[in-house]
Amino acid sequence: MAKILEVENLNVSFDGIKVVEDLNFDVEEGDALTIIGPNGSGKTVLLKTLLGLIPYQGKITWKKDIKMGYLPQVLFLDQSLPLTLREFLMSKINVSKSNPAELEEVLNLVRLSKNSLDTSLGKLSGGQLQRALIAFALIGNPNVLLLDEPTASIDPPSEEQIYETIHNLQDTKNLTVIIVSHDLSLVYRYATKVLCLNKQQICFGPPEETLTTQRLEELYGAPHKFYHHLHDGSTH
Amino acid sequence: MAPPTSFTITSMTEALTSNFLYIILAIGMASAAGVIGSFAIMRRLALASDPISHVALPGLGIALLLKVNPLVGAAFALITGAILIWQLEKRTGLSTDVLIGVIFSVSLALGSLITPNEELINALLGSYTSVSLTEFIIGLIASALIIGFVLYQKHKLTLASLSPDLAKTSGLDINRLNLYFLLAFVLTMILGLRYLGVLLMGSLIIIPAAVGKNLGRSLNSMLAIGTAAAVLSTGLGLLIAPNFNLKPGPTIIVIAAILFFLSFLLKRKS
Repeated sequence: MAKILEVENLNVSFDGIKVVEDLNFDVEEGDALTIIGPNGSGKTVLLKTLLGLIPYQGKITWKKDIKMGYLPQVLFLDQSLPLTLREFLMSKINVSKSNPAELEEVLNLVRLSKNSLDTSLGKLSGGQLQRALIAFALIGNPNVLLLDEPTASIDPPSEEQIYETIHNLQDTKNLTVIIVSHDLSLVYRYATKVLCLNKQQICFGPPEETLTTQRLEELYGAPHKFYHHLHDGSTH
Repeated sequence: MAPPTSFTITSMTEALTSNFLYIILAIGMASAAGVIGSFAIMRRLALASDPISHVALPGLGIALLLKVNPLVGAAFALITGAILIWQLEKRTGLSTDVLIGVIFSVSLALGSLITPNEELINALLGSYTSVSLTEFIIGLIASALIIGFVLYQKHKLTLASLSPDLAKTSGLDINRLNLYFLLAFVLTMILGLRYLGVLLMGSLIIIPAAVGKNLGRSLNSMLAIGTAAAVLSTGLGLLIAPNFNLKPGPTIIVIAAILFFLSFLLKRKS
């Protein structure tokens, strides 16, 4: 598989304080890389740096002509703003000069009903909004999806469905996915690679080989309980 | 021009005829305020809008002292203010709201000291002034440009207002877009200064758009309702104020506030 992303000696500092230190990893086409680590470990900063939103030192090399889709951790949304789902998605279609027919296509992909198109974003449920944001990220046919805690602040059944949706998308559209997540059981189920981050790179590689109890203790600073899922979805 | 003193159909007709350019330009300005206001609210500029308009006063005062068109001085000051805010917005580490509060309030204080006393109230609250044909044409073109810019860039402005990160990752150069938006924003203020003055022009951008936000069921309807509310407040204000010997600015804003209150009640009902 060809490399889609190569990161070398990556450092990010805010006001002289290092928040991400000396990272080295790569991602291949079709990979599902999950970035894990405790709160404040630099996961979101890393994702935003990969997106080009934050200045950095070191080298980030994306494959040429790559198209990225991004799902932020939080959308600071004014709940009373009457911006409909249709207007929200159409803004991306217009900005990315995509085909308006993509609107229906991405709705189907994230399993959102067409009836929700004229609902304002503030009135969508947590799960619907998250699906809407994934649909937004999918417009313009990206090759890479960068998702920051895609299931934060939604209930467990919706969480499961959203991960299923992302996994299906990866299969059907041959996407490379980079996900920030705190849920280790889902890492085992879907990730092909995992990057453990606590400002520095604690580990990197396939989860089965990389996530040892010792590494997790090193990462989270305490014994960590988790369920080990296989890729077929069964639990050990 | 002296405002008519009695409220009669004749005086209203006379006022309408003699103030034709003044009124038409006001409608153009109000339409621009309505559309730009919706995005100002989305960008959370509602609170900053008032202090921003205050920066016009020192420019206006200096222009009056130099005996040049006061709007030219105000325009110079407001464009400088827009560039200043643009720079502040880029530096996320700074507490922009505090800086805006301080710098723009100082502008109001300095401007009040500079502006000749006899002109100060008009500069602060707006007045009836004659509109030359040149001012009329430039004003209408500027209004059309602002409306055209907002409608043409609607999708980009929506994304940039909603989430700068989403906008950037969608391929937008939001830095340039922000500058254009702020310039359109202060251009709207320049157009409205003669009617509403530096104290109240920011309110004509924000209050009607808030009416649109209360009643709209989509961004498009928010834009349409906000524009209609701005035009209605301005039109009614300019018709009513002269007949009761009132200042146009406060009259327009009181009408806009009544519309806001009604929209708030309607929203609660629905």
